[in-house]
Amino acid sequence: MTSNADGFDGLDEVVGEFLVESHENLDRLDQELVDLEQHPEPATIASIFRTIHTIKGTSGFLGYSNLERVTHVGENLLSRLRDGKLSVTADITSALLAMVDAVRRILADIEHTGAEGPEPFDALVELLDRLKNAQPVPAPEPPAAEAEPSEEPRPIGEILVAEGKATVADVAEAIARQEAGDPRHVGELLVEKGTIEAREVAEALLAQQEQRTGGPSVSESSIRVDVGLLDNLMNLVGELVLARNQILQFTQSSGDAVLTGTSQRLNLITTELQEGVMKTRMQPIENVWNKFPRVVRDLSLACGKQIRIEMEGKDTELDKTIIEAIKDPLTHLVRNSVDHGIESPERRVELGKGREGVVRLRAYHEGGQVIIEISDDGAGMSAGRIRAKAVERDLISVEAAASMGQRELLNLIFLPGFSTAEKVSNISGRGVGMDVVKTNIEAIGGNIDVQTREGVGTTFKIKIPLTLAIIPALLVGSGGERYAIPQVSLLELVRLDRENASAIEHVHGTPVYRLRGRLLPLVFLDQVLRTRSAVEPAGEVDDEDGTVNIVVLQADGEPFGLVVSEISDTAEIVVKPLGRTLKGVRAFAGATIMGDGRVALILDALGLAEMAGVTGGARDHGLSDADAAEAAADRRTLLLFSLGDRRLALLLEMVARLEEFDPSIVERAGSQRVVQYRDEILPLVFLADELGFSTNRREGDPLRVVVYTAGGRSVGLVVDEIHDIVEQALDVQRHTAVHGLAGSAVVQGRVTDVLDIHGVLRRALAGLFAEAAA
Amino acid sequence: MQYCTFHLGDLFLGVQVTRVQEVIRTQRTTPVPLASPVISGLMNLRGEIVTTIDLRRRLGLPDRAAGQDPMNVVIRAEDGVVSLLVDEIGDVIDALDDAFEPSPSTLRAATRDVIDGVYKLDGRLLLILDCDRVLDLPATLQESA
Repeated sequence: MTSNADGFDGLDEVVGEFLVESHENLDRLDQELVDLEQHPEPATIASIFRTIHTIKGTSGFLGYSNLERVTHVGENLLSRLRDGKLSVTADITSALLAMVDAVRRILADIEHTGAEGPEPFDALVELLDRLKNAQPVPAPEPPAAEAEPSEEPRPIGEILVAEGKATVADVAEAIARQEAGDPRHVGELLVEKGTIEAREVAEALLAQQEQRTGGPSVSESSIRVDVGLLDNLMNLVGELVLARNQILQFTQSSGDAVLTGTSQRLNLITTELQEGVMKTRMQPIENVWNKFPRVVRDLSLACGKQIRIEMEGKDTELDKTIIEAIKDPLTHLVRNSVDHGIESPERRVELGKGREGVVRLRAYHEGGQVIIEISDDGAGMSAGRIRAKAVERDLISVEAAASMGQRELLNLIFLPGFSTAEKVSNISGRGVGMDVVKTNIEAIGGNIDVQTREGVGTTFKIKIPLTLAIIPALLVGSGGERYAIPQVSLLELVRLDRENASAIEHVHGTPVYRLRGRLLPLVFLDQVLRTRSAVEPAGEVDDEDGTVNIVVLQADGEPFGLVVSEISDTAEIVVKPLGRTLKGVRAFAGATIMGDGRVALILDALGLAEMAGVTGGARDHGLSDADAAEAAADRRTLLLFSLGDRRLALLLEMVARLEEFDPSIVERAGSQRVVQYRDEILPLVFLADELGFSTNRREGDPLRVVVYTAGGRSVGLVVDEIHDIVEQALDVQRHTAVHGLAGSAVVQGRVTDVLDIHGVLRRALAGLFAEAAA
Repeated sequence: MQYCTFHLGDLFLGVQVTRVQEVIRTQRTTPVPLASPVISGLMNLRGEIVTTIDLRRRLGLPDRAAGQDPMNVVIRAEDGVVSLLVDEIGDVIDALDDAFEPSPSTLRAATRDVIDGVYKLDGRLLLILDCDRVLDLPATLQESA
């Protein structure tokens, strides 16, 4: 056997196993200690005692003296609790929890460095020792004697009597003979006397044995498997699913009966195998929840609150990677509920609620997803306060805030930099949080929703997929290519036939559709992906029968309609990441291999919505705070104008005024066209000429001029038409060869060129500035 | 040093043979909208999704004539494999170190950027491609913008 176990970095295998086992035990300990404070059951004490005893024993064996010392005093204290010589107090629980933390720290040191840290934990040892030697507190309830027998195995005679195999008199006689000097066992004596059969003694012995070891342990019916191995299996199953899909497609066209039968069997087996492998990666959500009783206890003590935690659906299972991913968001939400949600006991009494607040966790399956709810019966949130705070923090404008409904207002709490807590506490932080919670949950394809009633409480509802690797998707067509849309972001499908195709209306150039009375912004897939240029009018209309297919998607709680040319089918797809060279393209979440072996791109609903500008601005969905800050900074006010059939944008901050001039006042100064404007000579730059674009302006039309001022000099930019002023995040894609353009961006759902004004002016006015300098 | 060679227009190019996983004929690719025009698409290489890069576009050469099928030179990159589209495959050449010279400074900017140097062979020059810099798209695109 090699001395190195994979995953433990050269640590001895025995140590590795000890670490894994101890970590599992410690998670359980946290829960048991908190339970113990509320219900001092002897069985719980006994279980805690056994765990600590095991760690102590092994650490002594492995030579970890600090660990042995800490667990030893802890064990002493526990043994007095177990014997009823002491009763559980909050002090004792806190000290024991501190001991668990110390053990965790030592174990972490061992795991990382291979040896214990130098810290001797003297204070803790002394505290535990002092608590142990405290005067026995008169026990409020008699020490539960009925649980004691379970500690020691019952004598064989007792078992036989209890099972009715032997009488008390027979057993008493056998014991008397033993005491008189007979070296044989009670069982043997009874068999010899003919009272019972040897088989019955054997059964009783077995029962006694089981009692000693606590029944067949879990370790006998399960094995530990490296997660890497499971990941690998999962990948292979993914490949198998793809191969299966290809064979099924091929079979359908072949018409061979034997092949069809075989491939159907393959289909069934693959599906079962897929489910089986997925199950191996499933873990109960309890693994995350286990630590919450402790979190809630510590926090509520720290805030002077009384809070009880209730859990429902602990055994709901989720993929391991998802469990890992939701750990932090859930912890944050629980902390929030304790810190901001639930009121102080005094306040609760004033409000006629019980002194003790409740945080409820609930998990259940619903339609292929797992729903997790975190609710509290605290103060709830006031839509008015959220509105005021968002305006105060400049997250939204006053007008926008006034027009928002209750639901939209509530969703503001997920904006970066939002926090309604009046005082900043070190518990749930400074308003960095809910946005991160949201992005983390969305990163695994889930979403979060909040419901609240002022004075009654708040509920956060999280929906997450069961697994990440294989997802159900809708296949659509656009521009001759197929794309997959993950079902999680899908709301419904709408099909407009030729007569109803005119139901697509336009609001200021943006196409919308009235879906059950509400305006649904439309995004044309071919237009966003630029497989069709913005000026072509046709749209995603099926040329043959003139129908329009709208896929209603949800991005960030906002529905929008994605117009595609074809909706083909649903399929299970295996998500594969895109390579480094394609990471920057936000429209795609990955790629997958279809049944026919070709590659199809997976659309990212959120990315599409952002590119088309339907999510309402600077909402960021990146993975870090830094991203969020960057996006907020990227929110710009743009002036939109046109030249010929092209739309252009200019940053409004560069614009001084908008003017209209009669062409007859244009004069010439040297080669430069100018107008007299406010006692100055204003040079004019005809943008269409400068950029080489066409123009719709005819001779004699009034000149529409954007007056640009920089460094005390003004310049007039002549454009065709001025359209609008919009505020939005600007994501300029740089791939233009046209001199004078910074790149292009999607503004109001349309591709818009962004002017590089400095570049334009440098060139257009080179002569002028040179003259001025001379 | 051994090089896998190929032709691209008039250019005779090579990459280190150790970087090449395989050479395959034209495959169906799925175009990626919004991506750099240098990226010709995604192809399915035995269940793996591989990004293909049009080396002509990467080097600023005119597009291949219609009907001329490119070859895929599949190379190992940092995060998986990437395929380079070339016109025609040449031999594997064992080049001698003393025939090597850094690329001339008058080489076109788009090309010089990704060429490590030149081997002076009998009657012709072999340009050595730097695989990693070929895949470095964002920076080079910004420069040209």
